[in-house]
Amino acid sequence: MDFTDDQLQRYSRHIILPEVGGKGQAKIAHAKVIIIGAGGLGCPVGYYLTAAGVGTLALIDNDTVEMSNLQRQIAHNVHTIGMPKVESAQKTFTALNPDVRIVPLRVRLSKDNILDLIKDYDIVVDGSDNFPTRYLVNDACVMAGKPLVSGAILRFEGQVTTIIPGKGHCYRCLFEEPPPPGLVPSCQEAGVLGVLPGVIGGLQATEVLKLILGKGEPLKGELLIYNALNTTFRKVRVPKNPFCPVCGDNPTITELADYNEGYCTLS
Amino acid sequence: MERIVADKKIDIRGLVCPYTFVKAKLAIEALEIGQVLEILLDYEEASRSIPKSMEDHGQKVLRVEKVNDTDWLLVIRKEKD
Repeated sequence: MDFTDDQLQRYSRHIILPEVGGKGQAKIAHAKVIIIGAGGLGCPVGYYLTAAGVGTLALIDNDTVEMSNLQRQIAHNVHTIGMPKVESAQKTFTALNPDVRIVPLRVRLSKDNILDLIKDYDIVVDGSDNFPTRYLVNDACVMAGKPLVSGAILRFEGQVTTIIPGKGHCYRCLFEEPPPPGLVPSCQEAGVLGVLPGVIGGLQATEVLKLILGKGEPLKGELLIYNALNTTFRKVRVPKNPFCPVCGDNPTITELADYNEGYCTLS
Repeated sequence: MERIVADKKIDIRGLVCPYTFVKAKLAIEALEIGQVLEILLDYEEASRSIPKSMEDHGQKVLRVEKVNDTDWLLVIRKEKD
């Protein structure tokens, strides 16, 4: 790949890393990543992947920007309140790095559209804020064989895991079914420290770049749990479950389903 | 001393760190293992840092020579992808 002078300057701190170099930067420039959610997690993941020079970055989100988002969703600002989040984030990311092709997808993800939406991308990032989407994305990635970098945050705690279908666990190996709606914290109970998605999103973006470069050890077969109050990182081993209903030896879930009943989702 | 014929020559006079190394590294990457790169530069610090970084990355530094008042010539053989 021939770099322009601007690109040599922009990516110089990547190129001089032995693990990246010009060849690695070219891999990044040819990569296609799709991010589910342009909220707390999607903003920092997209921001850093844009800075890194990922070739194509698709953003899926059906919401518009609200004042209550700005405490943590760093791609949005007071001037984009009311705008679709994917367009607000596109403006921010393009201003950072016009090399990156941003694909804003203002759609609600469902069992009917997800496989078509992810099929052209190399890696899927889950930054969604609800269990129905989380399970839908997991099942679709397992069925489509797409690597999935999953993140979740609540209050002062966050989790990250990397799912490589066929080579490790999936989300259902960890938690077979979505929790019943009554057990999920209601909108009044849930809160999140504004910087937490920055930490977890930064880890997700790192996982994505490692997968693109083929360097290091992806967080597969493991769940990383960060506790902001105690400042602890804990890794929990998550073996692949041979009886997993979606990625096990005899899967019982062979079609996608939507699980939308009874959940309150926070925007 | 044996005459070494370079497979590629780059002139990075006028560039400073880290762009001296960025250019040198990209040029090395584009070579095949065993091929030789010749670098002409005028940024003194890079005459020390490029050979060191190249060695760290597993390449072989064959020659570091001050060729006139302002310029250095480095000759590096690619040993590692």
